[in-house]
Amino acid sequence: MTQIRVENLTAYYEKNAVFENLNFTVEQGDYLVILGENGSGKTTLMRYLLGLGIRFTGKISYNGFSRRQIGWLPQRTETQKDFPADVSEVVLSGFSGKGTLGIRYRKESRKQAAAYLKALGLSDLKNRSFRELSGGQQQRVLLCRALCAADRVLLLDEPVAGLDAPSQNELYETIRQLHRQGMTILMISHEIDRALQDATRVLHLGKEDFFFGSSEEYRESDFQSRTKEEGS
Amino acid sequence: MTAIRELFSYSFVIYALLGGVGIALCASLLGVHLVLKRFSMLGDGLSHVAFGSAAIALAAGVAPLKISIPVVILAAFLLLHVSRNGKIRGDAAIALVSSSALAIGVIVATLTTGMNTDISSYMFGSILAMSRSDTVIAVSVAVGILLLYVLFYQKLFATTFDEDFAAAVGVRVEGYRSLLAVLTAVTVVVGMRMMGALLISSIITFPALSAMRVCKRYRTVVITAGILSVVAFLIGMAFSLFLDMPAGASIVVVNLGLFLALSAVEFLKKRPNLS
Repeated sequence: MTQIRVENLTAYYEKNAVFENLNFTVEQGDYLVILGENGSGKTTLMRYLLGLGIRFTGKISYNGFSRRQIGWLPQRTETQKDFPADVSEVVLSGFSGKGTLGIRYRKESRKQAAAYLKALGLSDLKNRSFRELSGGQQQRVLLCRALCAADRVLLLDEPVAGLDAPSQNELYETIRQLHRQGMTILMISHEIDRALQDATRVLHLGKEDFFFGSSEEYRESDFQSRTKEEGS
Repeated sequence: MTAIRELFSYSFVIYALLGGVGIALCASLLGVHLVLKRFSMLGDGLSHVAFGSAAIALAAGVAPLKISIPVVILAAFLLLHVSRNGKIRGDAAIALVSSSALAIGVIVATLTTGMNTDISSYMFGSILAMSRSDTVIAVSVAVGILLLYVLFYQKLFATTFDEDFAAAVGVRVEGYRSLLAVLTAVTVVVGMRMMGALLISSIITFPALSAMRVCKRYRTVVITAGILSVVAFLIGMAFSLFLDMPAGASIVVVNLGLFLALSAVEFLKKRPNLS
């Protein structure tokens, strides 16, 4: 089943087109990795998928869910480095879009959050302060928050950026498991080789054109080397 | 004891305590958001705008609240908006607006009514001169703000922690930013009567900063900031009533004392980890 269909998308940053006439679809159960150099429009595409104030022409359709139900793992922000909040407060804020009035979240929200915390191995940390966790632990907490907001699709923005090798492997393994359990994964990355190990599909934004296809097709194509030459 | 009982027989003391506790509480809750959003100076900027507009209102013979509240709300919107989209950065914009408003206020006051007691009470506060209607306004504003704060607690947390994420899951971030601006503006205008334009911003930032020295959870930061703010207010008032010290300044100094004490606690707690 096609979950997201993007047709003839041209997105603008200030007055310049970041990319033009982009076409791709996301099927249920895909593990799509979005590649591209800095400035190729990965972030613009991500903000567009989330509906965060991007000017564009073209058409996007979501099948069976709304874009509010995309679970987004953004990159960590400067503010969060010294923000006083414990892990459960951060995770529960994943429900803030469908939240209730008042201080306490709904009972089913709290139950679901507890289940996700357990699934990601974070139950022991739930009363710890977010700012005191390691980078890898913080990413898992933010992934957990994304799950609370998500229905069937996760959108991960360079999830392993800034993590040490063991934490990177752990996070990749967790993402792989979520994918196996039926979650559709969209992941922005610039680690081509590593990302290709798990991905089923590739969207590579180049300078002039783009590649969209399965990871086998991508490996066989010369798109990767071609964009490298253009860049050099 | 008799001295205290005697104090409570004066209605102006009761008015000051009721209004003051309410405003101290609101200011500290809003302060948690402003400090975490790197907007601590907003309160300071708005207080100067409040002073400027109050001086103009006095010169024109209009009730200051009627002019100050809309003007300060407008200024809050502008400052929060400019800092995101404009060419002048947020802190610079606040500095510009703040000193200009103060300058205009002083000029208007000097040319018309003169720098009289009314003007000075807006600069340094005159909490013991609060009338019955001042108190009714302060208490209803405080109750309104507390109610809105509790109702929208989840959304306010989400927008403060991660504005983009909140927007992506469907929280109307712009709306909550505006709500915060309006609430801060109203608190500053009403609080100016008690604390004075020059000191009001301290009761917005101090309790939040003090609470963050020792608290690790968001909810405990909010609650602790509220308690610290009310305690500092009451101790400051006691200095003012028993030792004839100026009320607004005493409250600020007590807040400073609490901040230093809690910073020391934080330092001592951390030290064993270093050795």
